[in-house]
Amino acid sequence: MKYEAVIGLEVHAQMLTETKIFCGCSTKFGSEPNTQTCPVCIGMPGVLPVLNQKALKFAIKTGLAMNCKISPYSRFARKNYFYPDLPKGYQISQYELPICEHGCIEIVVDGEIKKIGITRVHMEEDAGKNIHGEEEKHSFVDLNRAGVPLMEIVSEPDIRSSGEAVEYMKKVRTILRYLGVCDGNMEQGSLRCDANVSVRPTGQKEYGTRTEVKNINSFRFVEKALDYEIRRQIKVLEDGGKIVQETRLWDSTRDMTESMRGKEEAHDYRYFPEPDLVPIIVEHKWIGEIKKSLPELPDIKRDRFVSEYALPDHDADFLASEKPLAAWFEEAVKLGGQPKIVANWVQGDLMRLLNEESKSIEECPLKPEQLVDMLTLIENGTISGKIAKTVFEEMYKRSKKIVTFQPSEISTSSSGEIVKEMGLTQISDKSEIEKVVDEVIAKHPKEVERFRSGEEKLIGFFVGQVMKLTKGKANPQIVNELLKKKLSF
Amino acid sequence: MELFSLTISEARDLLDRKKISVKDLVRSICERIDAVEDRVKAFITVKEDHALKTAEEVQGKIGKEPGSLLGIPLAIKDNICTKDILTTCSSKILFNFIPPYESTVTSRLMEQGYILIGKANMDEFAMGSSTENSGFHVTRNPWDLESAPGGSSGGPAAAVAADECIAALGSDTGGSIRQPAAFCGVTGLKPTYGRISRYGLVAFASSLDQIGPITKDVRDSAILMNIISGHDPLDSTSVPLPVPDFTAVLGQDIKGLKIGVPKEYFIEGIDREVEVLVKDAIKRLELLGAIPVEVSLPHTGYAIAAYYIIATSEASSNLARYDGMKYGLRTEGKDLIDTYMKTRANGFGAEVKRRIMLGTYALSAGYYEAYYKKAQQVRTLIKQDFEKVFKEVDVFITPTSPTPAFKLGEKTEDPLQMYLSDIFTISVNLAGVPGISIPCGFTTNNMPVGMQIIGKHFDEESILKVAFAYEQSTEWHKRRPNL
Repeated sequence: MKYEAVIGLEVHAQMLTETKIFCGCSTKFGSEPNTQTCPVCIGMPGVLPVLNQKALKFAIKTGLAMNCKISPYSRFARKNYFYPDLPKGYQISQYELPICEHGCIEIVVDGEIKKIGITRVHMEEDAGKNIHGEEEKHSFVDLNRAGVPLMEIVSEPDIRSSGEAVEYMKKVRTILRYLGVCDGNMEQGSLRCDANVSVRPTGQKEYGTRTEVKNINSFRFVEKALDYEIRRQIKVLEDGGKIVQETRLWDSTRDMTESMRGKEEAHDYRYFPEPDLVPIIVEHKWIGEIKKSLPELPDIKRDRFVSEYALPDHDADFLASEKPLAAWFEEAVKLGGQPKIVANWVQGDLMRLLNEESKSIEECPLKPEQLVDMLTLIENGTISGKIAKTVFEEMYKRSKKIVTFQPSEISTSSSGEIVKEMGLTQISDKSEIEKVVDEVIAKHPKEVERFRSGEEKLIGFFVGQVMKLTKGKANPQIVNELLKKKLSF
Repeated sequence: MELFSLTISEARDLLDRKKISVKDLVRSICERIDAVEDRVKAFITVKEDHALKTAEEVQGKIGKEPGSLLGIPLAIKDNICTKDILTTCSSKILFNFIPPYESTVTSRLMEQGYILIGKANMDEFAMGSSTENSGFHVTRNPWDLESAPGGSSGGPAAAVAADECIAALGSDTGGSIRQPAAFCGVTGLKPTYGRISRYGLVAFASSLDQIGPITKDVRDSAILMNIISGHDPLDSTSVPLPVPDFTAVLGQDIKGLKIGVPKEYFIEGIDREVEVLVKDAIKRLELLGAIPVEVSLPHTGYAIAAYYIIATSEASSNLARYDGMKYGLRTEGKDLIDTYMKTRANGFGAEVKRRIMLGTYALSAGYYEAYYKKAQQVRTLIKQDFEKVFKEVDVFITPTSPTPAFKLGEKTEDPLQMYLSDIFTISVNLAGVPGISIPCGFTTNNMPVGMQIIGKHFDEESILKVAFAYEQSTEWHKRRPNL
């Protein structure tokens, strides 16, 4: 029997606010334990939460970007459970009336656009962190993270494979980063996800029994954990067993999920409206203002890149995936770069150089105008496309030194100067190239023989030899032209 | 006349005219405490040294700096956080808790130059109607040491009645200011929900709790209301409305004012003497020109049930933070769960445990709709009862409690009987409206009886006006217990 997976994701995104959601403490990551706390986030008796308006605005932005309805009336609720990292004994979250509902985002599956429903986006506070193992008999609690604002983005069970789940997560991340509401850093835990997974025989309408998989904290683990869980469930069914509704934990060191707690041990969170906070009334006018302030969103940008610059879907998708990347590309185009050529350089050499140093586009030392200047050199025949790769890399290295305040070590980072300095100007003088061509032909009589007897792919060999002798500077068009002429005799 | 028996306004006058010094006043209060506290036991913490030291600092400011409470010694209920001063909520679980922050109300009192004389006893976490649920000791009614002072603000009310302070702040969740004020023969005001900041008030039931003054007369109540009222950015539920001068209405005519007399509040089970005294008081107000109107609050009968679901539900969550992890009592167990259980078993008293269990049950999956949600619907109906009747009348008058102070130990075995002593005060908290209890006479056993005046949302002015008019035409508030 063939099976189909049904997946819904709950994504927790840490908001990029400077202060916590209900008090004025800093949200900075990595400080000494319990240095970013106050009576409110420690849960002392008699203190009260006050909502951070920026967190509310971020949640509304996110809801709008995910095509949600923004509730004019929503409220916080208490989720009650005991744990040492939860200082009040309850988490302030949203339950019955979340701030955003009924949205959707688009992902691309096998070249087709697929809509994934967003059930809700709500605000809540993070818990602290328990630290075990530093001392044999004691555990410690760090409450720096307690009260850091989170958004929980809950999808409909519209996802059908681990691949789709990864695409969905990437899209969520892209949108959050576009809005500047979350840095999307999965390693530091600012983006985490839990998955609800079930399987059913292909064609069956009813959902199967689901399990919840927790602790998925990288894109790689999304794929691995879901694949594991789907395979596990199918195997259980094929062996004639039944899926048990339970919460399972992804163990990334052993590449498997394991049971954490069953349905019987499931918490009863005893949700009820938070009486210490007034209901959130969002005025229509404010929603309108926030809507107007939204940046161009990735899907719209991608479509515009396709229509405005005639880019292939794949290129447009890639360039629109990060707002600063798209901005870099568009700046280069505005300065006169041919869109497709700029796109190729960005996706090819620029990304390679950045990836080698695991740098993001925001840390790119090269400016768009440097690329455009270099493209002009190719266009007017000063350098060949091939030489340009060398120039580009040199330009990148030199710019990096300028950026990192070592300007004295280098004279210039302009492509024109680099070409001159390194003697990389293309040789387009026919007689000069002809001399080299003659030399190569004279040196390789056997290959000439083979070429003439029909082995035409050897042309590449001759071009290579000419380029080698001219250090790649010979104009490839002229080289080709001369070689063909001389070899055909 | 002894200085300790002064009201705020009387003491203010004498201090400003330099007839007495702050030290004279504080010394007098300290001597009074030394003389009667053994019997009354109104305080958990007495700060005599602190008060005498502050007295010196404050003396120099009189006549030079503004401050309506410069040199006035007040008692504060022990569930209101005072920075660097023990705040226990009368619970063993907070037996050593010293807050590193000041509540908004006491900050405002400090700005006016008040002197903290002590932290007053109460029912543990404000859960009770007799102060017998204190985790430390029982407070006695100054009018009869064998009787309860009421609760949960039994300590502050007894301290005011026994002249161990000039006035006090209490808190009221279901009658906790008004009922002890009635039992102790003093004035107690529960302001509109949202009028006073709750920042620093250790939460019992967040949607019902409100801080208010317990005083020797109505003028003092208005004076303290002027200081503690108003929006606080630290409490989102405090309302950003302008605060009137509450003393301005005192002495205004009440001619033509319509006074609602709800028939549901004069029912079987009410003490005969209480009924007669409250009805006499209504007649007196009529003589002063007010017009009594019989009205109906049909959902009154459901108030106690709804209250005990909402209040306990919120309490079960509010008290979850006392887990032995961060502050207060911790009883080490063999593992985490065992530590939680031992700490809470040892730290909380029987009534607190009972209410945590009730609330936890009411919020549990499968019961939430039937209990918590239903209770909230009843609450809405009760609120609507009040709104409807307030279209016809300006204020209501009811007895504060169905009986005068009962004997200590009389109701401790029967929680339900204890809960019923708040039957007339609870609806006011559910509706969020303000209510004041003032003395309206004494029983044949010389025990004080209180009447309750209830007003519209944010209309404390009307209830203060009526209370003052009545008080000025009687001498009840001037009587003092023989101690």
